Amino acid sequence: MGRTLAEKVWDEHVVRSTPGEPDLLYIDLHLIHEVTSPQAFDGLRLAGRQVRRPDLTLATEDHNVPTLDWDQPIADPVSKTQVDTLRKNAAEFGVRLHPLGDVEQGIVHVVGPQLGLTQPGMTIVCGDSHTSTHGAFGAIAFGIGTSEVEHVLATQTLPQAKPKTMAVTVNGSLPEGVTAKDLILYLITQTGTGGGQGYIVEYRGEAIEALSMEGRMTVCNMSIEWGAKAGMIAPDETTFAYIEGKPEAPTGADWDAAVAHWKTLVTDADATFDKEIVIDAAQITPFVTWGTNPGQGAPLGANVPTPSDFEDEQDRIAAEKALEYMGLEAGQPLRSVKVDTVFVGSCTNGRIEDLRLAAEIIKGHKVAEGTRLLVVPGSVRVRLQAMEEGLDKVFVEAGAEWRGAGCSMCLGMNPDTLQPQERSASTSNRNFEGRQGKGGRTHLVSVPVAAATAVKGTLASPADLV
Amino acid sequence: MEKFTSHTGTALPLRRSNVDTDQIIPAVYLKRVTRTGFEDGLFAAWRNDPEFVANKPEYQGVSILVAGPDFGTGSSREHAVWALMDYGFKVVLSSRFADIFRGNSGKAGLLSVPVEQDVIEQLWAAIEADPTTQITVDLEARTVTCGDLVAPFQIDDYTRHRLLNGLDDIGITLGNEADIAAYEATRPRFKPVTQRA
Repeated sequence: MGRTLAEKVWDEHVVRSTPGEPDLLYIDLHLIHEVTSPQAFDGLRLAGRQVRRPDLTLATEDHNVPTLDWDQPIADPVSKTQVDTLRKNAAEFGVRLHPLGDVEQGIVHVVGPQLGLTQPGMTIVCGDSHTSTHGAFGAIAFGIGTSEVEHVLATQTLPQAKPKTMAVTVNGSLPEGVTAKDLILYLITQTGTGGGQGYIVEYRGEAIEALSMEGRMTVCNMSIEWGAKAGMIAPDETTFAYIEGKPEAPTGADWDAAVAHWKTLVTDADATFDKEIVIDAAQITPFVTWGTNPGQGAPLGANVPTPSDFEDEQDRIAAEKALEYMGLEAGQPLRSVKVDTVFVGSCTNGRIEDLRLAAEIIKGHKVAEGTRLLVVPGSVRVRLQAMEEGLDKVFVEAGAEWRGAGCSMCLGMNPDTLQPQERSASTSNRNFEGRQGKGGRTHLVSVPVAAATAVKGTLASPADLV
Repeated sequence: MEKFTSHTGTALPLRRSNVDTDQIIPAVYLKRVTRTGFEDGLFAAWRNDPEFVANKPEYQGVSILVAGPDFGTGSSREHAVWALMDYGFKVVLSSRFADIFRGNSGKAGLLSVPVEQDVIEQLWAAIEADPTTQITVDLEARTVTCGDLVAPFQIDDYTRHRLLNGLDDIGITLGNEADIAAYEATRPRFKPVTQRA
């Protein structure tokens, strides 16, 4: 009986398996940031424990760091306390840290892959739900809570019940101008926010194979938004080409041994999944959210839905509450929605390819009167690469704000927030109430839609700029 | 961790689905570095509204939360569990929990109990008719009892065992340290490290 990709990677990491208990899983890489780690280190200290494998641990500052004046002391005292606490803990426990101002600083899920630390067949955890991003390389990667962070620090393992497996097969190819982001937003709308619950999902099929690593990361990143334990994509030549030459990638004979092993990490032809979903890529169009959870989305060309059209009572109530919060009229064309702020960035869409795409669309245009465009690179490396390519000039000439690296407005823990009732088109991953600032209204969009919206001032796709 | 065998108390009816962890505790409260004192952040945005159910005098002192489906979705923040516990909740009932939230709650000693939506509806009706209604959640028997209503619930044996005995996960794992060391000896050398000796 064949095994799925997820089962192969899982089996390779079982330290101990006892009937009636979760498997004890070895963790290859533990990523850490300032928000979910302080209490974990505190727990170690209280129990007199050490970090078992500092050499499999990496910390960066991302969630609440400022994206302006980052060479100055952090103004917000609480953010400063968290960052200072991480620095103190990293020094005390011997953990490698990339602090604000360091060339490798950035969003933890951008930094891991760009350093070459994210590789196929690994188990990767972090106290952040978007750890699913790393599954794009054929790793089992998932978010954990702070007491699990403490557990991994102390033991380099985690007790985990083996999840079920699901295949999402995306046949055909995505139409011109339709991105990985539209694909995942479409999928979440189809399945709802709980559709993936309990599953490690493997994305496969022609449209997935055709995606760049950046696009694959966008898809896996938002696996958590439809409730999946993790998302994965089998490694292939695209994956190997991305990793080769990265600072922490294997070299020489180690590289050959690694690639030989990585090539075995595919689902066997006779393996079975617990569930399968098949999607036709050709029918996907630019997709945006209108509500307050990522499952409340629609094609950009559609109208804001009418709550009474929902058959399920909970869906109807949720839609009513969402429209009220979002300040939208049922039946209003989505393209008529005026946007105050456009945010390009986050672990979903803050990589170099995303910035290139945004710049290509913005070039020769101006940001609309009354709209602001915030471009926040996912890491310092992404920022420097963009500047080398002159993308920063394109953004600044168009009237955008070109910022430093971090999570920024994705979750508004730093000064980059929306005002009450301010409306954003955001390339990030969550449109929850108040996520980007108290009372703020978020529409999740792809990079091309974000860029076109910045120019038009209303939700738009690049086709609307012609 | 405190042992959990059975709990009886009054309950808060939260008639909302998809209560994500940003609603349970907004990100602004995550900036703290302490382990306790998160009760002021619980449902912070909703509690600004005097009409919000938790603000009503009849629902003070509750220890059981009865919520709509898909409770605890979104961000992995464990602060959501701490905020619920600091506020005084011992148990959350919902027809469906997000995986990370359920994992986090089991580790901290908050019991999340999955029951059918039909049971939730009956509990909501009973609590709203009489806010002093007592609900009993018996982990030993795996049942929720409210008046004549007795609803069984599922919980995996391992989490139940840990909660019943108040066992700390790390201590259990370190008991198997030899297995971890043996596994580490077999890891391939091409696996990456973040620092070299």
